[in-house]
Amino acid sequence: MTTKKTKKDTSNEFESQLKIQASSLKDLVDAGNFGDALRVISQLNETRDKTLYQEVGRLTRSLHEAIRNFHIDTQSASSKEELSKIDDASDRLGYVVDMTNKAANKTLDLVEVSMPMASKIRDDADAIKADWARFRRREMKPDEFRDLSNRMEVFLEQISTDSNKVYGNLSDILLAQDFQDLTGQVIKRVIGLVKEVEENLVNLVVMAGKVDMMAGVTHEDIEQKDESERGEGPQIHAEQREDVVSGQDDVDDLLSSLGF
Amino acid sequence: MRILVVDDFSTMRRIIKNLLRDLGFTNADEADDGSTALPMLQTGKYDFLVTDWNMPGMTGIDLLRAVRADDNLKSLPVLMVTAEAKRDQIVAAAQAGVNGYVVKPFTAAVLKEKIEKIFERIES
Repeated sequence: MTTKKTKKDTSNEFESQLKIQASSLKDLVDAGNFGDALRVISQLNETRDKTLYQEVGRLTRSLHEAIRNFHIDTQSASSKEELSKIDDASDRLGYVVDMTNKAANKTLDLVEVSMPMASKIRDDADAIKADWARFRRREMKPDEFRDLSNRMEVFLEQISTDSNKVYGNLSDILLAQDFQDLTGQVIKRVIGLVKEVEENLVNLVVMAGKVDMMAGVTHEDIEQKDESERGEGPQIHAEQREDVVSGQDDVDDLLSSLGF
Repeated sequence: MRILVVDDFSTMRRIIKNLLRDLGFTNADEADDGSTALPMLQTGKYDFLVTDWNMPGMTGIDLLRAVRADDNLKSLPVLMVTAEAKRDQIVAAAQAGVNGYVVKPFTAAVLKEKIEKIFERIES
């Protein structure tokens, strides 16, 4: 808070100084007193230089502070004892990728085991159902019925064990979703860090803007390269954007308008 | 019918392969980006390509263009399954000669519909 206040003071000070000196410069020139006028000009230059040095100094100090805050190692990487916040965040996000990957693979494993069980139960049941209907219509010979009743016994036994396995798999799938809690916590912490970094960067940009003003530096806008060829990944606020489709129906409409 | 599924995430490849199997396509191979997929395609073993857009190395759109530029592959049906949802990108894919475009997240029904549509067109 205090740095913000003094920062404002110096630039205000510079501006009011500039105003006073400019008007006295005008008066001196009007009166034909050029010797004093030139002295005022050099004073003006001095004030500008002094303020510029102060602003540069402040910017440098803030930069150092920001670097210290995030434990970014400016020395050689070999002396890295403490993990920087950024490194730590990268590690944490890596952990999220690992956890979600593991959970997805575990779920897929269990689904891939369970699906054939379910389809086998369906196929066996269909076959038995057809034969059972024949039996009910009294179209079945006694030895055929004996065969059916044997198959039925095996089938019931099979259902009992398979549904147990499927139940177990479903419960494992349930537990595999526990990553959400852990990854959620990690991601929230990283979001906090990103916000902090952003705030610090914005402050630095504001300070650098003052230096630019004093030094008379202007920046050309760097042209943004079109990244869409590389791919952008999922769109987060698709419904609020004109240039983005908000679902498969939109894609289909767009493609059919192109003659697909 | 032999299918190549190209996506940089193994879980997405597994999901697509499972859905394809449900649709009766049991013969599917995997590649994790365009530059591994292209030589596989050039062996001439594949009848259908399902690809993501955003991948390290060679992207899906570049793979699609490479396929269309290759005399032996130019008529290979290509379905794009991707999270890329900008209108410009969909238009670019259409201009590059994609046969179908599915945005993630998608459902089994959508994937089935698009694949069936592609094969209907080829057969007619």
